[in-house]
Amino acid sequence: MKFQTKKLYSKVKLVTITILLFFQPLLTFAQTDEGVSFFPNKSIGFIGLLVGLVIVAVALVFFLILKLAGNTNQFLEDKNEVQKDKFKKYMNNLNSSEIEILKKKRSQNNNRISILVLGFLSLVPQIMSAQTAPANREDLFSQPGVIITLVLIFIPLFLALVYLAAKVSTGFKNYVNNQKINEAEEFASYISETENIPSDAILDEIKHKLEYNITPNELSGIETPNDSKGLLKNISSETNYRFFASKRPPVKRPKIDPELTRLILWFLGTAVFWLFVGSSVGEYVGIKFIVPDADNYSWLSIGRLRAVHTNLVFWAWSTIGIMGLGYYIVPMVSNAPLNSIKNGWKALIAVNAAMLIGAISIMAGINNGGGEYREIIWPIMAVWAYGLLLTVINFIKTIAKRTTLEIYISNWFIVASYIFILIVATIAYIPMGQDGIGETIVQGYYMHQAVGMWFMFSMLGVLYYLLPQQLNKPIYSYSLGVLAFWSQILFYTVIGTHHFVFSALPWWLQTVAIVGSVGMLIPVTSGTINYLMTMRGSWSKISNSYSLPFFFVGIIYYFTGSFQGTAEAFRSTNLIWHFTDFTIAHSHITMYGIITFLLFGSIYAIVPRLTGKEPPQLGVGAHFWLALIGLQFYTIPLMIGGTLKGIMWAEGKPFIDSVVLMGPYWLWRAIGGTLMWLSHIVLAYNMYKMMRPSTDVDVKERAFEIINQNLEANSVEPKI
Amino acid sequence: MSIFHDHKKLFTLATALFGTLTLFVAVFPSLYNEENSAPLYGSVPLTEQEEAGRQIYISNGCVGCHTQQVRNVDMDKTWGSRPGIASDYAYSTRKSIWQNSGTLMGTERTGPDLTNIGDRQPSQDWHLVHLYNPRTVMPQSIMAPYPWLFEIKDKVEKGDIKVNVPQEFLHGQKGVVVATQDALNLVAYLKSLRQVKLPDGTPDPAFLYKIEKAEANAAAGGAPAELNGTDLYGANCMACHQQNGEGLPGAFPPLKGSKIVLDDNPEIMVGIIMNGYNAQEQFGEMPAVGTNANLSAEEIAAIMNHEKTSWGNTAKKVTPEQVKKLMDLAKLSAPQQ
Repeated sequence: MKFQTKKLYSKVKLVTITILLFFQPLLTFAQTDEGVSFFPNKSIGFIGLLVGLVIVAVALVFFLILKLAGNTNQFLEDKNEVQKDKFKKYMNNLNSSEIEILKKKRSQNNNRISILVLGFLSLVPQIMSAQTAPANREDLFSQPGVIITLVLIFIPLFLALVYLAAKVSTGFKNYVNNQKINEAEEFASYISETENIPSDAILDEIKHKLEYNITPNELSGIETPNDSKGLLKNISSETNYRFFASKRPPVKRPKIDPELTRLILWFLGTAVFWLFVGSSVGEYVGIKFIVPDADNYSWLSIGRLRAVHTNLVFWAWSTIGIMGLGYYIVPMVSNAPLNSIKNGWKALIAVNAAMLIGAISIMAGINNGGGEYREIIWPIMAVWAYGLLLTVINFIKTIAKRTTLEIYISNWFIVASYIFILIVATIAYIPMGQDGIGETIVQGYYMHQAVGMWFMFSMLGVLYYLLPQQLNKPIYSYSLGVLAFWSQILFYTVIGTHHFVFSALPWWLQTVAIVGSVGMLIPVTSGTINYLMTMRGSWSKISNSYSLPFFFVGIIYYFTGSFQGTAEAFRSTNLIWHFTDFTIAHSHITMYGIITFLLFGSIYAIVPRLTGKEPPQLGVGAHFWLALIGLQFYTIPLMIGGTLKGIMWAEGKPFIDSVVLMGPYWLWRAIGGTLMWLSHIVLAYNMYKMMRPSTDVDVKERAFEIINQNLEANSVEPKI
Repeated sequence: MSIFHDHKKLFTLATALFGTLTLFVAVFPSLYNEENSAPLYGSVPLTEQEEAGRQIYISNGCVGCHTQQVRNVDMDKTWGSRPGIASDYAYSTRKSIWQNSGTLMGTERTGPDLTNIGDRQPSQDWHLVHLYNPRTVMPQSIMAPYPWLFEIKDKVEKGDIKVNVPQEFLHGQKGVVVATQDALNLVAYLKSLRQVKLPDGTPDPAFLYKIEKAEANAAAGGAPAELNGTDLYGANCMACHQQNGEGLPGAFPPLKGSKIVLDDNPEIMVGIIMNGYNAQEQFGEMPAVGTNANLSAEEIAAIMNHEKTSWGNTAKKVTPEQVKKLMDLAKLSAPQQ
C-alpha cells in the first residue's frame, strides 16, 4: 500500500503543481505547506516558488539578450548604409525645426557599459551557489527557515537583475544615439551649402502633397450600393460614443412555430423562477453560517434549506432550463417539427409540479434518507422522471423524422444525457435493495453521474449547436466532438466513488474512480480545444454579443473546473480537501461557472430569436459582471479557507478552531453569494424585457399581415 | 459509418456502454456488499426510540454538516479508535417503502464527525442543552439551534425532563425548558452512536498518512516535545467544562477552583478522567474521556497540568510517570463492560 501511494505521489506532484498554479496564489500555498509536516509533497510549495522565480529570472535575461541583439542589429544596419543614401532619406522627411534641436554637444559615457558587465559577472557565482548548495541535502528544503532565507536571497537578486537590465539597455541606447548625433552634425553642415538645397519647384511640390486632403465622397461615390445577393444586413448607421461596445441585434430569422415558441419560453421562464428561488434559499443558508440564530423555524433550519437549495438548483433550474434548450435545438438541427408539443407541456407541468412538492416536502421534514440531492422521496421524483421520459421519447421521435442524413453531434449529447439520467435516477430511487454500504456505493454513483452525464453532457450538446451558431461559423472539429462523447461515457461513468475516498467503500472501487478522474482529462481537453478553436479568430465578436461572454466564461471554467475535479480526486489532495469547504467551492465552480453560465448564454442567444425582443444592453452587462465577480468572491475564499481548514485538521487542532478559522471566509462567501443573487434579479428583469407581450406595432409586419389576409379572402371567394 | 447516421444504433450503443459500466461500478458492487456484510459481533440494532431519533436526524438534514465515517487516515483518529469498515453500516437497512436505507456517511464536515459521539459525549444533559442552542456550551459554534424540539412550560410536571438553559438564551421567555419526546429520541440515537470493537484477535485496519513529526522525534531519540495541553483540553474537555473552566451551572461542574483539580494528590483526578464520574446529583454524568479517546499518559498529564495552572488555579504539576502509574491503578477499578 505504502509503495503504491508513494508512486502515486511522484506522478501527482507535477499535476498538482500545474493545477495549483491555476487556482491558488503561489505564495499562499508555500506558506500553508510549511505547516503540514506529514504532507508527503512537503517541498512542493517551495519547488513551485523556486520554479516561478527561476522562470522570471530566465525570462528577464532572455529579454535583455533580445533587447541587446535588437539594438546591435539596428546599429550595424545603420553603419552599413551609404551615407549619401541616408542623407537623401532624411531630406525626404524634411522638418526644419528639428535641425536646431540636434545641434547639441554629445556627452561622453562609454565607460559605463564595461563596468556594468563586470558587475553582472561577479553576481553569477552567487546565483549558482544559491541554487546548488542546498540541493544536495533535500531535507533542508522542507525547513521553513531555509525556504524563507532562500526567498529573501532571491528578492534582492531579482531586483538587482531588473536594475541591471535597465542600466545595460539605457547604456547601449546612449551609445547608439551618440553615433546618430554625430551623423546629424554632418548632415547639418551638408545641408547648409546652397548647392545642396532643392529648388523651389521641388519644395512647392512637397508642400502641395503635404497639404492634400480627401473630400468626403471621393472614395465611396454618390451612388447607393446595389446589394443584389443580400449580403449586407444589420447595418448600423448610428454612431455612439465608443465607451462600450454596442451589442449587435440578432439577425431576424424565419419565425419558429408560435406554439413551440410558447412552450420553450415557459420552460426557460420557469427555470429562471426556480433559479431565483433556489439561489435565495442558498443565500439564506450562507447567511446562517454567520448568523446561526437568524430564525427559529423548523422549516427554515439550515439542514433542511441546504437540501432545498441543492435540489432546486439541480433538478429545477438547471434541469428545466436544459429541457427548454433541448426543445429548441433538437427540432432545429433535425430540420423537422417537434413530434408532439402536447407532450412537451405535460413534461413541463410534471417537472415543475414535482419540484414544488419536493421543495415543500423537504422543508416539512419528509426526507428520503439524507443522500445528497437525493433527499426528495421517490414518488415525487418519479413524477419528475416521467417528465424527462416524455421529453426524450419526443426527441427521439423528432430525430427519427429528421430531414438531414446525419444526426448532428448536439443531438447525440442531448438525447444520450436524457437516457443516462433516467438510468441513474432509476438505480438511485428504486425502492428496493441498497442496504448498508451498498447505499453509499449507489450514492457516489448517483451524485456524480447526475452532474456529469446529465447537466454537463446536455450542456455540451447545447454548446455544439449554439456556439457555432452565435459565431456564424462551423464547429472546429466534428471528430473531436465524437471523441469527447465516447471518452466521457467511458471515464465519467466510473468516477462516482471518488466522493468516498478513504471510506469503508471497497478500496479497488476508489482506485478505479481516481483513475477515471484522470481519464476525464481526455474529453475535457478535447472539448475545450474544440470550443476555443471555434472561437479563434472571432475574439472581437465576444464584445458585441449578448451570449458569447457567458459562453467564453463557461468554456474556461469547463477546463479549469474539471481539471480541479481531477486534482481533488487524488488520495494525497483528497486528504486535505475532502470534507472541507473546498468541495463547496468546486461544486459552485462547476455547477455555476460551467452549467449556469452556459445556460445564461443560451438564454440570451435563444430568447431574442424567439420573441424578436432584445434584452437591455445594460441589464446583460450588469448580469454578467455581478455573476462573474460574485463567483470569484464566493469560490476563492472558500478554496483558501478549505485548504487551511484541512491542514488544521491534519495537525490535530481542536475541531472548533477550524470553525473559528472559517468565519471570515464564510463572510466573503456570503458577499459573493449576494452578488450572484443580485445578478439573478437582473436576469429576471431581462427575461421580462425579452418576453413581455408585444405592445408596439411593427408597421411593416402589420402591413404584410393585412395584404396576406386580403389575399386569402380573395382566394377563398371564388370557391363559395 | 452507418452507426452515426442511424439513431437506433447510435443511442443503443451509447446506452449499452453506459449501462455496462454502471453494472460494474455501481450495481454489482452494491449487491455484493449487501449480501456480504454482516453486523459485527457486539453491535446492537437500534431500539425503537433510537430509530425514531434517527428519523429526526434525517428529516432535519443533519447529514449536511455531520459525517458518520472514520476514514483510514491519521487525522480521523480524533473521531474513532479504528477506521470504519463495511460491517459498521450493516444494520442500516431499508425501513419502509418510502425511504432509502441511508448510511448517513455524509460528504461534508462543517460540524464534527458523529461516528463515536455516544462514547465521546454520553451525557444526555449536555446533548439537550446543546440542541436547544449550541452556543450555551460552545460559544464559537455555528450549529443551528433546535428550539422546536423543546417546550417552554410554567413548571415541571411529572415525567418531564428539564433542560438547564441559561437565562440569556431564553430571550426573555419565562418558564422552564422541557425536552419533547422528539428531542429525547434524537439524543437516544446520538448516544447509540458508538464504534464497536473488532472481535478479539482481529487487528484494526491501519490509519494511513501518519504524522511524521512524532515519528521523527521518536527516531531521533530526543526528548519528546512538550504536548500542547491547551489544544488537548480544547479537543477533549472544553465542550462541557468550557474554555474559561467555569463549566455550565446546573449541567457541568467548574474546574476553576475545583478541589479535585487543586488536590496535590492526582489519584482521584486521573481516576475520573479514565473511568468517568457520576456522583454529583446536580451535574450531568462525565464519560470515561481518557479511556474512550485512548489518551496516553503524556497527553493526560498535559491536560491535567493545563487545568491545574489555568484560570487562576495554581496547583503542583504532575509528571507523565506519575500519571502512568495511576492509570494502571484506575484500569483495575474500571467498571466491567
